[in-house]
Amino acid sequence: MSAFEIINLSRRGFLKAGAGLTLGVAVPSLAQMAGPGKGGGSVVAAGALEPNAFVRIGTDSTVTVIVKHLEMGQGTYTGLPTLVAEELDADWSQIRAEGAPADASRYNNLFLGAMQGTGGSTALANSYEQMRKAGAAARAMLLAAAAERWAVPPDSITIARGAVVHAPSNRKATFGQLAVAAAKLPVPQDVKLKDPKDFALIGRRLTRTDSRAKSNGTAIYTQDVKLPGMLTALVAHPPRFGGKPKSFDADKAKAVKGVVDVVAIPQGVAVLASDFWSAKKGRDALAVEWEESGAFKLGSAEIMAGYKSLAATPGLPARKEGDLPGAFARAAKTLEAAYEFPYLAHACMEPMNCVVKLSADACEIWNGEQFQSIDQPEVAAVLGMKPEQVKLNMLFAGGSFGRRANPHADYLVEATQIAKAIDGRAPVKLVWTREDDMRAGHYRPMYYHALKAGLDAQGNLIAWQHRIVGQSILAGTAFEGMMVKDGIDATSVEGAANLPYAVPNLGVELHSPKMGVPVQWWRSVGSTHTAFSTETFLDELALASGKDPYQFRRALLAKSPRHKTVLEMAATEADWSTPLVSARVGDRRGRGIAVHESFNTVVAQVAEVTVRRDGSWRVDRVMCAVDCGVAVNPDVIRAQMESGIAFGLTAAMHGAITLKDGVVEQSNFHDYMPLRMNEMPRIGVYIARSSEKPTGVGEPATPVIAPAVANALFAATGKPIRALPIKI
Amino acid sequence: MITLNVNGKPMSVDADADTPLLWVLRDHLGMTGTKYGCGMALCGACTVHVNGQPARSCSTPFAAVAGKRITTIEGIGQTKEGRVLQEAWVANDVPQCGYCQSGQIMSAAALLAKVKRPTDAEIESAMSGNVCRCGTYNRISLAVRQASRNLK
Repeated sequence: MSAFEIINLSRRGFLKAGAGLTLGVAVPSLAQMAGPGKGGGSVVAAGALEPNAFVRIGTDSTVTVIVKHLEMGQGTYTGLPTLVAEELDADWSQIRAEGAPADASRYNNLFLGAMQGTGGSTALANSYEQMRKAGAAARAMLLAAAAERWAVPPDSITIARGAVVHAPSNRKATFGQLAVAAAKLPVPQDVKLKDPKDFALIGRRLTRTDSRAKSNGTAIYTQDVKLPGMLTALVAHPPRFGGKPKSFDADKAKAVKGVVDVVAIPQGVAVLASDFWSAKKGRDALAVEWEESGAFKLGSAEIMAGYKSLAATPGLPARKEGDLPGAFARAAKTLEAAYEFPYLAHACMEPMNCVVKLSADACEIWNGEQFQSIDQPEVAAVLGMKPEQVKLNMLFAGGSFGRRANPHADYLVEATQIAKAIDGRAPVKLVWTREDDMRAGHYRPMYYHALKAGLDAQGNLIAWQHRIVGQSILAGTAFEGMMVKDGIDATSVEGAANLPYAVPNLGVELHSPKMGVPVQWWRSVGSTHTAFSTETFLDELALASGKDPYQFRRALLAKSPRHKTVLEMAATEADWSTPLVSARVGDRRGRGIAVHESFNTVVAQVAEVTVRRDGSWRVDRVMCAVDCGVAVNPDVIRAQMESGIAFGLTAAMHGAITLKDGVVEQSNFHDYMPLRMNEMPRIGVYIARSSEKPTGVGEPATPVIAPAVANALFAATGKPIRALPIKI
Repeated sequence: MITLNVNGKPMSVDADADTPLLWVLRDHLGMTGTKYGCGMALCGACTVHVNGQPARSCSTPFAAVAGKRITTIEGIGQTKEGRVLQEAWVANDVPQCGYCQSGQIMSAAALLAKVKRPTDAEIESAMSGNVCRCGTYNRISLAVRQASRNLK
C-alpha cells in the first residue's frame, strides 16, 4: 500500500494580504505543481522571493505561479502563468503552476466581486492585469537587487528569458542568485506594464504546464488522493429527486469484507469501506426503503407538454423594442417555429468525488475545487463551523463543464455529512460511480422555445417574438439577488435578449416554471439553447425571404462589427460561395453557418455535413472564427474551440437525459452517448486580430456548433431541425 | 494472496478474486495513473495492457490476469511506443483535463506495437473506444501519427 503525500497549501496563509513580502520555506506539493519541463515541482530552498500572493521565485530559479482558478482542462495553469512570465521576462521553462488555497481576500475572481471561484469563462479575462502586475512587481525587485549588488543604475540592466544582464560590465545573474537579496527589498506598489508591442510570450504558442504530468499518469486528481486511514464511501441515493431514506437494513452490507460502517445521511445511506470495490459490493447488498411522498414523479413528456401550454401565454418581458403587434399586422409574411431541448448531464470523465478530513476545529477538503466562496460556507453550515475553518485544496479536475461549481456544494455537503456521521474518526473519500453521477441531477434544464417573425414585402426582418419556457438556474441560489431581476433569470434569456441582429420590433419573454429536478449551468449556460433557436430560425427566415443565410446575417449585423468580422472570416475560410461536392452518388451535402456571442467572446462557425442515402449523417469539417480580444496563447484558444465544438456536437448528436415517472432513464455512456473519435469533424480555427483585453474561450465555441450543423442539414435535406438531439 | 506481474515487477495482492484489476491497481497497489471512468468498459479511461493487448481493467477480475504481463501508464514509458507517444502528446499539447489520457495513450501504444504505421482509419478504429469529454480527438490522432513517424 502506498499513499500520496498531499501537502496542505493553506500554509500560505502566513503571507500578508496583498503585496506583503515574506521569506518562507516553500514546500511544493506534487499534487499541485505542474511545469512545462516536468510533472512535479522542484524543491525550493529557504529564501524564496514572494513579492505577492501569486509569485514565488526559488533559489533554484524556478518561478512558481500560484493560480487562483481551477485547472479543469481549459488551460488556466498555462494562461495565468503566461501573464506573469511575460512581465517578469522569465523563460517559459522556469515556470511552474500551483493551485491557490481558499482565501477570497487574495484570490477572489475580480469579475465576481468578493467571491473566489472559476466560471463564466472569466479566469484569464479577470486576471489579465492582476497577474501581469504580479510579474512586473517581481521583476522590479530582481532588477533592484541586481542594481544594488553590482552598484550600477537599474536602467542599465536588462532582463530577458530569465537572465539578468548588465551588458557594459558583462555581468549576469539568474533569478535564483538574486532571489534572497530581492526578497529583502520593498515591494513596489506601482509598476508599469509592457506595451503590447513588446510582448515576448503573450501571443506565442507556449506548451501547457500540465501536458507532461497528464501524459504519464503522475497528475493527481481528487480520485487519486489517499490519506492514512481513509475510508471510501458510496451512497445509495433515492431513485427519484426529493426522495429520502425511510428505513434500511445494513446487515448484508456490513457482512461484506472491507465494509466498516453504514450510516444514514439526509439524502441517502452511505456505505464506508476500506476501498472502492468493497464499498460498491456493500452498497449493492444494502436494502433501503425510500420515503417518496415528496418526490418528483413527472416524466419528460409531461414536463414538455406543460411547457408547450405555457408558451401559448405571454411571459415576463426580458426585452421589448418597437411596436411588435403593429409590425406583425403589417408583415407580408409571418413564420413560426418551436424548439425542444432536453435535460443534459455534464458527464465529466472524472465523476464527482471529494475527500473530507475532520478535526475538532477544522475541516480539510481535497477537491477539483471550483467555487470556494460557495463551498466554504455550505460545508461549514453542516458542521457548525465558520467558513474560514474549512480548508480547500484545489486539485486538477477531470473536467467540469460547470458541474463542480454547484451552487449548493452538493457533493461536498454529502461527503461532509458522511464524515460527520462517523464523528470524523477517519478521512472520507466520497466516490460517485458513473451511474450516481449521471442520475444526480443538476442538469442543463429542459427548455421549450416558441419563435415568431415577420418579413415585409422586400423580405426585410421587421418583427421578432421569442418566448422561452424553462426552469430558472439561479432561483434559490446565492446568485438569485444578483442575477434575477423582475422575475427574469439572466441565464435563461442570455443569447436571446441580446440578439445582435438589427430588428426594429422585438420582444423576448420568459416563463420560469418550477420543477423538482435540480438544474445547473452547463458549458455556455443559456446560450446552449438560445443560440440554437435564434440561429436556426434565422436560416428559415433567410430562405423565406429568398436570401443567402450568410448574406442575410451580414446585412443585419451592420452595427455589430465583432459579429460581422468573425462571420466573414468563417465564411471566407469555408469558401462559402463555392458549392460542395458529394463524394458518393446519393450523398447529400450541406453547409451551415451560425454566429453567437457568449461571455464577451464572439464565435462564428461554418459546418459541412454529409447525409448518406440511408439517412445517416456526419459533420465533415468545421471552420471556426473567434474574436476573444488579445490572443494570449493561440494554441490554448484553438484547443478550447475544438473542445467546445466537440462538447456542443455531443449534445447535438446524442445528448438527452430523460425522465419517466420521475426516474432518470440514462445511467452510463451506452445510453448517454459521448462523441467518439469516429464522429469528430476536422476543425480549422481562425483567431481575429484584436488589441482589446482578452475575453474567455472555455465556453463560447460550444453553443455555435449545433445551429451550424442543423443549418447545414437543413441546406442538405430541406427539412428544418427543431429539437435536440438532432434526428433527421 | 495472488501475485501480479505489473510493469515487470511481481506484486502481491490480498483482495477478493472478483475485484477488478482497476481497483487493485488503484486502491491496493497505489498506482493511480489508470483511471475510473465508467466501470462498464465503455470509456477506455482504465485501459492497460495484458500480455501486450489492450484491456479494460474496470471489467477484468484481477485473479484472471495472475501470471500475465500487465503494463500500466506508469510503465508504458519504458517501451519504445510509449516513449514516442508520450513525447508526441506533450509536443502537441493533447491533454486538457487529462483524465482520459492515460487510457488514450495505452490504446495508442497497443496499436503502434501491432501496426507501426497505422492508417487514419486504423487509428480511428483503435481509438474510438476511448472517450474524451474535452474533445481532444483531433490532437490525439495527430499525436499518434507523429509518434508513428518517430518510431524507429
